[in-house]
Amino acid sequence: MSKKLLKWNEDRTLFPEKNSEGKIDVDYDSHKFMKIWHGPQHPGITGNMSLELTLLGDEVMDCETHVGYLHRGFEKLMERRKYIQCFPIVCRVAVPEPDFNEYCFASAMEELAGIEVPEAAEWLRTLVLEMSRLQSFLAWMGGQAGSLGQGIIGQWTIYLRDLILDRFEELTGGRIYHMYMLPGGVRGLLPDGFRQRMTENLDEIDRFMKDVKKVMFDNAVFKKRTVGMGVIDPAWIHPFGITGPNARAAGVAKDVRKDNPYLKYPELDFEPVVGKDSDIYTRADVRRRDLLMTVDLIRQIMAKIPDKGDIRAKTPNVLHWKVPAGETYSRAECTRGEYGYYMVSDGTEYPRRINVRGPSYTHAVALLEKMIVNANIADVAGLMVSLHTYPPEIER
Amino acid sequence: MAKLNDILSPFTAWKHVVREPVTIKDPLNREAADRYRGFHKNDISECIGCGTCESICQNAAIDLVPVDGVETKDGDSGLRPRVDYGRCCWCGLCVDVCTTNSLSLSNEYTWVDEDPDNFRFVPGAENKSWDSREKGYKKPGNGYELYNPKREAMEELEPEKRDQSFIEIVQGYSKEQAEQEADRCVECGICVATCPAHMGIPEYIKAIRNDDLNEGLRVLYDTNPLPEICGRICTHKCETVCSVGHHGDPLSIRWLKRYIADQNPAEEYKKILNTENLQPTGKKVAIIGSGPSGLSAAHYLALMGYQCTIYEKLPAAGGMMRFGIPEYRLPYDQLDKDINYILSLGVEIKYNVTIGKDITLEELHNQYDAVFSGTGLHMGRSTRVPGTDHPKVYQAVDLLRDIVLGKEIPLEENIVVIGGGNVAMDITRSLARLQKQKYGKVGVLATSLESEDIMPADREEVIEAREENAVIDPGWGPVEIETEGDKVKGLHVVKCLSVFDENRRFAPKFDEEQKKFFPADMVVESIGQGMDLSYLPEAFKEQLDMDQRGRILVNDDFQTSAGWLFAGGDIIQGPDVIHGIANGHKAAMGIDKYLSEK
Ligand SMILES: Cc1cc2nc3c(=O)[nH]c(=O)nc-3n(C[C@H](O)[C@H](O)[C@H](O)COP(=O)(O)OP(=O)(O)OC[C@H]3O[C@@H](n4cnc5c(N)ncnc54)[C@H](O)[C@@H]3O)c2cc1C
Ligand code: SF4
Ligand code: SF4
Repeated sequence: MSKKLLKWNEDRTLFPEKNSEGKIDVDYDSHKFMKIWHGPQHPGITGNMSLELTLLGDEVMDCETHVGYLHRGFEKLMERRKYIQCFPIVCRVAVPEPDFNEYCFASAMEELAGIEVPEAAEWLRTLVLEMSRLQSFLAWMGGQAGSLGQGIIGQWTIYLRDLILDRFEELTGGRIYHMYMLPGGVRGLLPDGFRQRMTENLDEIDRFMKDVKKVMFDNAVFKKRTVGMGVIDPAWIHPFGITGPNARAAGVAKDVRKDNPYLKYPELDFEPVVGKDSDIYTRADVRRRDLLMTVDLIRQIMAKIPDKGDIRAKTPNVLHWKVPAGETYSRAECTRGEYGYYMVSDGTEYPRRINVRGPSYTHAVALLEKMIVNANIADVAGLMVSLHTYPPEIER
Repeated sequence: MAKLNDILSPFTAWKHVVREPVTIKDPLNREAADRYRGFHKNDISECIGCGTCESICQNAAIDLVPVDGVETKDGDSGLRPRVDYGRCCWCGLCVDVCTTNSLSLSNEYTWVDEDPDNFRFVPGAENKSWDSREKGYKKPGNGYELYNPKREAMEELEPEKRDQSFIEIVQGYSKEQAEQEADRCVECGICVATCPAHMGIPEYIKAIRNDDLNEGLRVLYDTNPLPEICGRICTHKCETVCSVGHHGDPLSIRWLKRYIADQNPAEEYKKILNTENLQPTGKKVAIIGSGPSGLSAAHYLALMGYQCTIYEKLPAAGGMMRFGIPEYRLPYDQLDKDINYILSLGVEIKYNVTIGKDITLEELHNQYDAVFSGTGLHMGRSTRVPGTDHPKVYQAVDLLRDIVLGKEIPLEENIVVIGGGNVAMDITRSLARLQKQKYGKVGVLATSLESEDIMPADREEVIEAREENAVIDPGWGPVEIETEGDKVKGLHVVKCLSVFDENRRFAPKFDEEQKKFFPADMVVESIGQGMDLSYLPEAFKEQLDMDQRGRILVNDDFQTSAGWLFAGGDIIQGPDVIHGIANGHKAAMGIDKYLSEK
């Protein structure tokens, strides 16, 4: 099977030729074209964004992405908030994976202020980041299957995700917004019996993931709709700033945990998961294996995490913490790739500028617009989910 | 062609048909985790209404409101936090920062009500079903602090280095230490209400954090013209209510004040405080006594353009600050720094002039538009036990004054001091130093009615006195001073069981059986001071409103019933420098009001 962008109809004579700008001339009066809005309320759209699609028959001729439905002005708001007051804000930037915001925000501040986080807190942060990846992959797995018509996978993985949310609840005090990693450290040691319950949950996830493999991946229909579809050309990786599984499925072993080690990752045993074919199927499979690796990493972390020790470094009084002037960029590997916070301090109690790099910005806007042309309308949702994007992190 | 396996494999899903469902049957009654951040709880008897929770909340979900049954008092604003669940994001930062640990979150997360206004309530004051829940989020331990509860240590002269000299003991903060200490302030301002002068404490602490010490000085002088002095010897009531002190050490407010004053050079005061060009009103005010109340009145009157003249009985200014407080607590150069600045504003002092003797009050009344009196308490009180009229029985305040005046004071090898307050400690420690200088050893013992736990002296005074080899033996009532001719033999005492009755009235009870004898060659009494109002002519006194105990009565402006005469300091309120300063400031405003209306 030859690799292709989601080109549905092989017979290109049915379609108008592209002009010098690489676009087709759309003449609505010809009644051949149709414009439809995919989203912002659409179950196949990840989060609130919309695609303005120009169709010819059931093939996408052109696409313009629209964001803004979720814009909450967080970055600007934070310039008017003391640093500690940004802490409850940042988790809201990317709802499904709040912890990367907490971590990047805290570690950027710590770097500017020259603060060293206690050992126990470092381990707990590593744990929470992997737990966050795990629950996010599980949610995504249901989304990918669902967007291609398989409801059952979502029912399983959302159940599995809930198990991890239970663990989040007992460790951090919150299920979705954990508000656990604050500048200087974390807000609690492992509760009694946590390890035991976590181990049981991981075993359950392992068990179910075997069935997920059989039902979702070893599945003729799923393969038919994903193998060879929606290929990301490795040549785009660099110019488009593609990271995470989207890059790794194309054989580019980019992983911040290895390339730019942070927290306790240097003490953990793992290799970035890579694929070869760069199509929807490969990306899904890279994520599945990444998920299993995260399960393994959590087991490794649980074996090393200390039960005692300080959880927060001594910091200046948070009520008027003046972070030394300077700028920094702090990053971590979330499920979608490189997550980062660029922070500028002018030495006052308020951040001068905070810029969030969510991988969805490139993946859901520029990359999607490029890949979607010539896709069949029925594959749009599947393609979009295969890029694993979270619109809230596009609009900060 | 698809592989056969890919067609059969998805049927694996069917095996889950016979699994137990994983859904929770009754989700509404699922109990949340132990640490879950649910609705607020507040122990309102612990809460002091400091509002720190309100200031950290970025959602402005907390307002401090009055609550029935909670009174405003020192260290308690009388307000309590009200939480608005239309705004709260359950971050729990309010819990983490709560200065008293009174605030927590229960693990309750459901609350059904048809009235939206009900989702705003005062935890602890309005009963909720989750008030009794133990589980929920509390401030974590394990080194988790949002501000430092530990005080920056102050360097002090070691006992061996200080016990024979009057060198200042407390060394003062360095820039770094002061900034660290200032960082601990939560800016609640609960201290401001307790400070008699209502100093802008959080503001000047903030000036230290901002390293803007000129601004700090301006804040100090708004309410206190004697910051070098108060930065050393203030009774610092503010620190006793500091909210940070509820779970840690209170801010060392006094020493931060000293830091600001120490760092500003005297020559620049006028420029910093913008007092180079004061506009004269042409009116004149006489002030009797150069203690803190008189100096403070003079300072604020001078700022308003009044020509002030202070009449002082003694050859130097400062009152008890100079002639009572020993130099090792308050060095003279620092005292002079504050006083000289006030004099530089055009205030004049006439030394060695006693009102009532050298000049009459009547004369002052005739020559000036108004008169302020702050003559203080300078007459030592006596226990009046047999033997106190012996020439080798002295008054602490007299000895302290003579030490400052440079007079030779009587100094025996064995001395007993009667008294357990700070004045008693001052004389004990001064005598110990002089004995060490003269005899190479210390032989002074202080005894008081009050037992160790209720001794009125500051704890550190007692500790430091002992470090300097003075003996403190509290809990004894003096019975008689044994004398023999021109010699004192010692003090007979009996055990004191209690000092006050149930109504907190002074009514000491003794156990006559338990006796003790403190041998001594001289005895010093230090049980309190009385006032000398002999400068008020009898006829004038009769017209003046006074209470039964012979104290002058004043209104809120510290104005006496005579109208032109104002009074403050120890003769009115006391018992410390900062009250004198506050009285003097209010009297200055009162005098201005009186003279503007006249
Ligand atoms: C030993 C000792 C230690 C103390 N330690 C502290 C301390 O650590 N912290 C603290 O806050 N407070 C302390 N105090 C209390 C404090 O010093 C007094 O409360 C304060 O000085 C009272 O101020 P005042 O303005 O009323 O007058 P005073 O300071 O008493 O001054 C009155 C002035 O009036 C003069 N005077 C009196 N009569 C006449 C007259 N007829 N004509 C002219 N002049 C007259 C006196 O000579 C004197 O200079 C201490 C007191 C003593 C005795
Ligand atoms: S911080 Fe604590 S003590 Fe202060 S008002 Fe809030 S609940 Fe009360
Ligand atoms: S010094 Fe203490 S009481 Fe005063 S504002 Fe600061 S924290 Fe509050």
